[in-house]
Amino acid sequence: MYSVETFDLTKKFKDVTAVNKINIKIKQGEVFGLLGPNGAGKTTLISMLCTLLQPTEGTATVNGFDIIKERDKVRKSIGVVFQDPSLDNRLTALENLYLHAGLYDVPKNERKKRINEVLELVSLKDKANILIKNYSGGMKRRLEIARGLIHYPKILFLDEPTLGLDPQTREHIWDYIKNLADRENITVIITTHYMEEADELCDRVAIIDNGEIKVLDKPSKLKDKLKGDTIIIETNASHDILSKIKSIQNVKSVQLIDGKTYISVENAEKNVVKILQTVKNVKSLSIRKPTLGDVFIHYTGKEFRDETSNGNINKRFLAKRL
Amino acid sequence: MSEIDAIYQIWKREIIRYFRDKYRLAGSIFQPILFLLILGSGFSFVKIGDLNYQKFLFPGIVAMSLVGISLTAGISVIWDREFGFFKEIEVSPISRLSIFLGKAFGGCTIALIQGIIIASLSFIIGLNLPPIIFLKIIPIMILISFSMVSLGLIISSYVETFESFGVIMNFIVFPLNFLSGIFYPVTQVPEWLKIITHLNPLSYGVDLMRYAIIDKSFMNPVLDVLIVILFCILAAFIGVLSFNRKK
Repeated sequence: MYSVETFDLTKKFKDVTAVNKINIKIKQGEVFGLLGPNGAGKTTLISMLCTLLQPTEGTATVNGFDIIKERDKVRKSIGVVFQDPSLDNRLTALENLYLHAGLYDVPKNERKKRINEVLELVSLKDKANILIKNYSGGMKRRLEIARGLIHYPKILFLDEPTLGLDPQTREHIWDYIKNLADRENITVIITTHYMEEADELCDRVAIIDNGEIKVLDKPSKLKDKLKGDTIIIETNASHDILSKIKSIQNVKSVQLIDGKTYISVENAEKNVVKILQTVKNVKSLSIRKPTLGDVFIHYTGKEFRDETSNGNINKRFLAKRL
Repeated sequence: MSEIDAIYQIWKREIIRYFRDKYRLAGSIFQPILFLLILGSGFSFVKIGDLNYQKFLFPGIVAMSLVGISLTAGISVIWDREFGFFKEIEVSPISRLSIFLGKAFGGCTIALIQGIIIASLSFIIGLNLPPIIFLKIIPIMILISFSMVSLGLIISSYVETFESFGVIMNFIVFPLNFLSGIFYPVTQVPEWLKIITHLNPLSYGVDLMRYAIIDKSFMNPVLDVLIVILFCILAAFIGVLSFNRKK
């Protein structure tokens, strides 16, 4: 049985088709990523799977239950962390968690134990009696992940789990999610528009754009499908050097853009030596592995507009300084 | 059983929030006292039969404070929606009816606490209520607040923002209170005002409260009880329906 299976799942808002005939199968125990820009239809898709939105056409099963006909059973078997915080700021962490346990009919004599368990998982045990309004953004997100696990769901939905968090907190959250996926045998479904996030966390990634799945595979496989690595060097290159580079074995193409030479090559680590032997006076050099961003461009023909491009700029900048 | 526990959890949350907000408690007691002292003293020359105006006014002020605090139960729903918490309840497996009842009992309890405090302040105007009288007053308070809480929750399920809730509240609270016989005896006003007052469901609650506290009624107490109960059931019913609407 699949954790999630959708059948031509479609949602239309007046004239806009937010999700268009999506068919996916998500396996038990995997970390599945839905990657796409804002407005691609990720949240709409998740909202339908969580039974908060009625599909216009098609349906889906979640843990074997139909999302239209067996709404309450679906709800009991999933945990959801929404894009925006949904904690009560004027209650303490503990009060929020007990409230959740009550809403999900967790047996009374088990509540304390389970709440301790999840608080430990996200390292918030010593902050359990603090009012949520005094929590930081990262702590709130961790607590929400913990809350989503109290009723032992078989699937945890995380809608943009690290949106708006600083890079350090983001990596912490990633650690918790990875830890969770290893320790508990639950399916985790993540939507994100951060490339690194999908790359880092997910066993499989579906790239979604304009409400359609463009491609679905393991992140490594997706990147393998592209043509290889890019070596970027800065030098006083003349055109005959370019043609010399081109004649090196394994080099696929050479381009001069803004004074920098972009060399497409397979297995850059090995071939970079040969290139350095050919080109003198190299001022800077960097190697870029294909990113999911490149995959995205490849399959949608669009530049991925989001914060990760800043990330790349930073990396290039760093490479230059080194 | 799970639904009852869920109702209890939602109720408990409202109560915790109420007691954590000290200003709200103080603020909502202040206003009725102000009304009582200023209006009561300002119109002290008015005599209604053998009653002085302050004593006449007192039961109405108790009812008015119930109306005010009960209707604000709707704000808690809008608050939840605005700050995202409502999604947590919405995606949980409990029924809409339980959400409504949890919110309604919560609002009702808060109104009751408030009402009892105001009623106990009767000594300020020299009215000494024997404790046993609360056995009569409390059921009336519950009926009035439950219907008003329902009304607040109905409004909240159609209104999106705090601002529009405030506007609609004012639009309802003022006519509801001023045309309910809190400030005047319904037997001594012009015919048109008399008709309007009789159309206002709150009038019957006010009259009943007056009958319970100062043993003076200007309508028919039996009819009062009937209408107050009927209105309460009707409001709760519409409340549940409006919570059940699919989006």
